[in-house]
Amino acid sequence: MKTDIILAGVGGQGILTVATILGAAALEDNLYLKQAEVHGMSQRGGDVQSNLRISSNPIHSDLIPTGGADLIVSLEPMEALRYIPFLGRTGWIVTNTVPFVNIDNYPAIEDVKKELGAFDNVVAFDMDAVAKDTASPRSSNMVLLGAASAFIDLSVEKIEKAVTSFFERKGERVVQQNIAAFRAGREMSMAQIRK
Amino acid sequence: MKNKQLLLGDEAFALGALNAGLSGAYAYPGTPSTEIMEYVQMHPLTKERGIHCHWSSNEKTAYEAALGMSFCGKRTFTSMKHVGLNVAADPFVNSAMTGANGGFIVVAADDPSMHSSQNEQDSRFYADFAMIPALEPSTQQEAYDMARYGFELSEKFKIPVLLRFVTRLSHSRAVVEIDSEPISQNSFSYPGNTKQWVLMPAMSKQRNKQLIKDWDEFVKSSDESPFNRYEDAACRDMGIIASGVAYNYLNEVYAGKVPFPVVKISQYPLPIKLIRELYDSCESLLILEEGQPFIEKQIRGLLNAGKQIYGKLSGDVVRDGELSPDSVKEALVRVAPEICGLKADDAKSVPDIVVSRPPALCQGCGHRDVYSALNETLAKYDNHKVFGDIGCYTLGFLKPFNAIDTVVDMGASITMAKGAADAGQHPSVAIIGDSTFTHSGMTGLLDAINENSQITVIISDNLTTGMTGGQDSQGTGKIEDICLGLGAHPDHVRTIDSLPKNHDEMVKLFTEEIEYKGLSVIVSRRECIQTARRHASSKK
Repeated sequence: MKTDIILAGVGGQGILTVATILGAAALEDNLYLKQAEVHGMSQRGGDVQSNLRISSNPIHSDLIPTGGADLIVSLEPMEALRYIPFLGRTGWIVTNTVPFVNIDNYPAIEDVKKELGAFDNVVAFDMDAVAKDTASPRSSNMVLLGAASAFIDLSVEKIEKAVTSFFERKGERVVQQNIAAFRAGREMSMAQIRK
Repeated sequence: MKNKQLLLGDEAFALGALNAGLSGAYAYPGTPSTEIMEYVQMHPLTKERGIHCHWSSNEKTAYEAALGMSFCGKRTFTSMKHVGLNVAADPFVNSAMTGANGGFIVVAADDPSMHSSQNEQDSRFYADFAMIPALEPSTQQEAYDMARYGFELSEKFKIPVLLRFVTRLSHSRAVVEIDSEPISQNSFSYPGNTKQWVLMPAMSKQRNKQLIKDWDEFVKSSDESPFNRYEDAACRDMGIIASGVAYNYLNEVYAGKVPFPVVKISQYPLPIKLIRELYDSCESLLILEEGQPFIEKQIRGLLNAGKQIYGKLSGDVVRDGELSPDSVKEALVRVAPEICGLKADDAKSVPDIVVSRPPALCQGCGHRDVYSALNETLAKYDNHKVFGDIGCYTLGFLKPFNAIDTVVDMGASITMAKGAADAGQHPSVAIIGDSTFTHSGMTGLLDAINENSQITVIISDNLTTGMTGGQDSQGTGKIEDICLGLGAHPDHVRTIDSLPKNHDEMVKLFTEEIEYKGLSVIVSRRECIQTARRHASSKK
């Protein structure tokens, strides 16, 4: 298997947590993995992305080539669009639809949604609402992880195990909330794919 | 028995060093090098073995402390970002003259594309002119392996070894095979040749002759290095030299089956035999290297008389920014359109609707209050200038504050404000963070105090090294005492809490001190919102 993923969001939203959990699950499956992150100045509210590559064969580059991504996974709708040049012809976009507005010139959200709608392979929904309904408002990134997991050839058990060990030190309640958020995200995603 | 772990390049090196008998690490935080020291600090072996891991005031003090540890026969490293090596350049170059005793690795993490830096300087040039061997890992596994190899190389040739990271490797994770047991640490021992460590001219002249002789040995070691190799292939129309992470991009483009002979380079000085072999067997050369054209310059030479050399200098490989699989592919298509077996992609473009999202100071950050008050104060003056410095508060240059006029290097705020005041500038304001102040601001402040320069120095103290993620700041709790100790007038070392409710008081204070005909220091203090949150949640 080979899955090349661009994870996107705004500094502080929690995309690195998504990357860390997928990385741990891939390691558990004895797969090869490379994951390039952004640290430093851009983490202060700027756009951030991580290139995550999982494969059953050795991986050469830490960076995904243009047009090479199987998935764009984003916590923010405009940030999903920023990485369109990397999306492969059969690739999917999985994104939250809630805008993170920390700039004056953020475009009208309806226009952003329309732009996303122009792509064939899109799973997009209000992940903040799903997080709030099923777990806690802070679990949007686990909803995203669940939604993205429908496209990644890693077993649900392995990913849930990685979620558990990531949140273990925060107690059983937090673990359960995040697992619930993950499952809800996965379900929403499956439903949208079937449509 | 080998274990597997998922590690950043930075962490892989740190763990490699721990497992290779490290006795002490010395560093000042700087992106993309910070995680190296942080990994050492959190690792259980550090506590178990009592390995030194306290942050240093700056890269020079870190470097010299590491050199002292090497003097006593112990394995040590110092790690810094590329521009940190400028600060440590004095001991770096001179440590080629003293040599090393215990294995000594100098890690410099370069930042091509300037993700978090002010320039793209390439640390390999430093190693070359100091006459120090250098390593440049391509992968996280090599970063791990090179720690032990680097210590051994350093001890074999009795010389510090530079290890050059680039951001892409520092901050990328991969699965790394690690040793199950750490080896033991070196025992305490002094250098055999003690005179060599006293760099007086008579001793240095002798040592220099030896170093020049040793250089040939370093070259030989590069030719025999497990990290440098010749990989043959059928198409001899072109040979490729690929170093560091550029080697990965080349293999990505060809899915591991490069049709041209390749020399992979991860150890310097350049392996002359390997390169000669490639040059003799191919019609032309393409050079792929991350950073500045260090290899290309040497191979091309001043006269460029010989076979065609393609690279950054010839304009065939993009000259600025980091490489990528895309830019390597572009270069191959450009220089060998008929034979490279590749064609350019027509990539989709970013939709027009996407706008840029620059970083900004956090909500609840004390630097914001400083800039609000400073802007209001300075609005009363026609020709105000604010000399900035390196840290989160550099973001004060951007909207909504647009508050600073210069940012150059660590500590330059105070000294440039002084020089500008000497030239007649008023108001001449310096703004500097607490960690940057103790890194390189104190000596400049002494100059300004000694001449009672009419400048206003604002030390925006957030009690941490903020931009790199909240490492301990060496001046915490001592800032006013340092200023007073240097001789600043007690009436003009003033402290205020940078809080929105103190806005009017801050404006008043800034105005009074700008009007004062002499040097003043204002310490505006508020804990970094990020570290404050972390402290609050760890107390829960």
